[in-house]
Amino acid sequence: MSELIKGGAYLLGPVEENTVFTPEDFDDMHLMVKRTCYDFMKNSVEPKIDEIEAMAEGVMTGLLREAGELGLLSSDIPEEYGGEEADKITTNIIAECASLTGGSFATAFGAHTGIGTLPIVFFGNEEQKKKYLPGLATGEKIASYALTEPEAGSDALNCKTKAVLSDDGKYYILNGAKQYITNASWADVIVTYAKIDGERFTAFIVDADTEGVSIDPEEKKMGIKGSSTCSVILENAKVPVENMLWEEGKGHQVAFNILNIGRFKLGAGCVGGSKAVLEFASEYVQQRVQFNQPIAKFNLMKNKFANMAILTYLQESMVYRIAGMIDKKLDEVKDSGGDLSDIAKAIHEYAIECSISKVFCSECMDKIADEGVQVFGGYGYGQEYPAERSYRDSRINRIFEGTNEINRMLIPGTLLRKAMKNEVPFMEAVMGLGGTLKQLKDAEMPQESPEREEFYLNNMKTLFLLAAGNAAQKFGEDLTHEQEVLCRLADMAMEIFAAESGLLRAKKILAQGESEESKLVMDMTSCFIHEMVPKMENWAKEVIAGTLEGEEAGKAYSGIRMLTKYEPINTYAPKRNIAEAVYDAKKYFIDRI
Amino acid sequence: MKSIVCIKYVPDTSEAEVKVNPDGKTVDDSRFSFDINDADNYAVEESVLIKEDKGGEVDVLSIGPKQSEVMIRMAMAKGCDRAVRVEDDRIADHDPLMVAKVLAGAIKDKEFDLILTGCWADDYGHMSTGVALAEYLGVNHASMVKKVEVLDGKVRAHRELEGGLMEVVELELPAVLTIQTGINEPRYAPIRGIRQAQKKELNVVSLDDLGIDPAEVGSEASQVVLENLYIPEVESAAEFIEGEPDEKADKLASILVKGGLV
Repeated sequence: MSELIKGGAYLLGPVEENTVFTPEDFDDMHLMVKRTCYDFMKNSVEPKIDEIEAMAEGVMTGLLREAGELGLLSSDIPEEYGGEEADKITTNIIAECASLTGGSFATAFGAHTGIGTLPIVFFGNEEQKKKYLPGLATGEKIASYALTEPEAGSDALNCKTKAVLSDDGKYYILNGAKQYITNASWADVIVTYAKIDGERFTAFIVDADTEGVSIDPEEKKMGIKGSSTCSVILENAKVPVENMLWEEGKGHQVAFNILNIGRFKLGAGCVGGSKAVLEFASEYVQQRVQFNQPIAKFNLMKNKFANMAILTYLQESMVYRIAGMIDKKLDEVKDSGGDLSDIAKAIHEYAIECSISKVFCSECMDKIADEGVQVFGGYGYGQEYPAERSYRDSRINRIFEGTNEINRMLIPGTLLRKAMKNEVPFMEAVMGLGGTLKQLKDAEMPQESPEREEFYLNNMKTLFLLAAGNAAQKFGEDLTHEQEVLCRLADMAMEIFAAESGLLRAKKILAQGESEESKLVMDMTSCFIHEMVPKMENWAKEVIAGTLEGEEAGKAYSGIRMLTKYEPINTYAPKRNIAEAVYDAKKYFIDRI
Repeated sequence: MKSIVCIKYVPDTSEAEVKVNPDGKTVDDSRFSFDINDADNYAVEESVLIKEDKGGEVDVLSIGPKQSEVMIRMAMAKGCDRAVRVEDDRIADHDPLMVAKVLAGAIKDKEFDLILTGCWADDYGHMSTGVALAEYLGVNHASMVKKVEVLDGKVRAHRELEGGLMEVVELELPAVLTIQTGINEPRYAPIRGIRQAQKKELNVVSLDDLGIDPAEVGSEASQVVLENLYIPEVESAAEFIEGEPDEKADKLASILVKGGLV
């Protein structure tokens, strides 16, 4: 694989398929970890779903400990602290599998292994790592992460919790309230934040049994009912000074870098959740008979399953592509002798992609869970079948780890910031727009796949540049206040990333030789891209209408028209085939296991 | 204690629809996920339990394609020590006797006390390979084993018979045991084991490497000819019992008795 592609740079030009990682590149080690994790979820976790949902005493913590014994909690923990120190592909595989049985286990697991443990992995000092990581690796200790406060949700830095050094200089005395804290009721270790003297935002590791720490009763939630979510009250909590995490006043570095990883893993979790829906729903519709035939046979039902499979394919292609990018970046950091905190910062390079993973996958998962209920008809609304739970569980994904709205602001916002710092040649690409459009005038639309899809994809990238470039020129730094524009630019950037991830993967599969599978993945990509073009056209027009007026707007519209010229295809026929493949496999049919 | 565990790479037919290819002799396996045969998985666990209890080593032996190496390494991740994979498309692998002959050829020069394998395979379901292997090697065997006790120079095997009956037999070592599912609780392979397994020895051999004459184990040597595969028609029959309640009860009882159901 070639050199590193910078975060966000995919929007500025073509990407070569051999530079991206896909599930077809899994090595034996990846496949074996997947097998272990899959079997553990199916055989040990799934049979206990009812107990988990009822929050039966000790069940979740017992399962987490079992997962810990298998090494499933410690793929991100270095070997010297008892971890498995695996690559991010492995971490992704585990996060995906952990969601196979629904949101409760996935949430408890994710909070522990991700935002709970990683701040110590990346930002802890030697003593802190030695003290906490071995127990967190085995699941003997459970971690939670307490950032949110009643008045500091999306606005995390508006933290009211205060830390004051004790008279003897041995403790920080913490006072404040944290809310919506996952794993709170069974956590042993809480990573939290407070402002020292009400000013310097700083991270702390707090032992749950510390004097002055108390946990409120469980929140009554819509979904993920088997996970623990409580407020954590800090009332003169005496936290030893050696438990300050990272540097005084540098809590934001910990908080924001950890969220990037959380976001990309959340995407992986949505892949697992989506596959689970495809599995139970495809089984059901092949058994349920109406009008003398299984409802699976109806073409509208096939259309739904094809759409679910396409969205699953794109999510999967996207999250493993990002994991591959991060792994390469981490190798680079390690080779240059960087330490663990450099790694967290290195991951920040792909903040745009991490946000895309979070938003795109959580919204796909929600659509899939919604259709999951629909295909069960009235039974889908009842609790007897798993569709109802998956629908409720899915909803939180659009809220936690930074709402999808916050993440949408971050996607173009980060790109423009990188452009200002000359980290990506955004302005150069915008300057080149005129030339690109001129070339396009004489270009003939290819009639064959994948050339046709590549043609559209390149035009969509240009379309993004046209919309984003005009908005940036018009509003300058004030663009941060034009949230509607930013939101649409984010939508465009996400669709492009998804379509491209699917297309690059399809090309790689095709390069292995034509097969039924290579045809299906190309059809999935092609259907998505053909449906995407008119959508993108509307979004681009919306941005221009909200940005420019008169002649300037007219010029931009004519550019949009050129870039979004397309010939519709019959998507019904390929979608029927895609659905048949799901039915035959009774699950997402290209799962590598 | 030196053990050898023989495992097979089989499609999981419980999930995907089984479709016979147009040749009528093979199954379209493009939709199947492949993994270790269920009963063999229990044999792996039993061999590792014996090793953990008595010490010694466990070798894995399997006939199968390159893709089956993940399955073989999984067995090593759970505690087996090394493996041999036989790959040769000249083997008539639909015939358990031919398969057993190849396995025997791969084992004959090795020292062993116990050979464990699943009592049946989920693909063809012959239930014969293990027993035939014992015959070719000229050693004792017990089939359908649900409990194993290793004694001094002997093994006590609890065999599962019909109707929940168990038969307990003692065999002089070396011996072949075919293992029934449910004998133990197969472990998951921990990530650490998975990593170690990547470094364990896995030799790939052909019939020529084993010194086996292909003519002895190929389709010409096999007594079994695979004629045709087909999916059984789904049939159902319903009989409505008419009459007064007493008559109905009598008729129902006689049907149940006749059918051997009570």
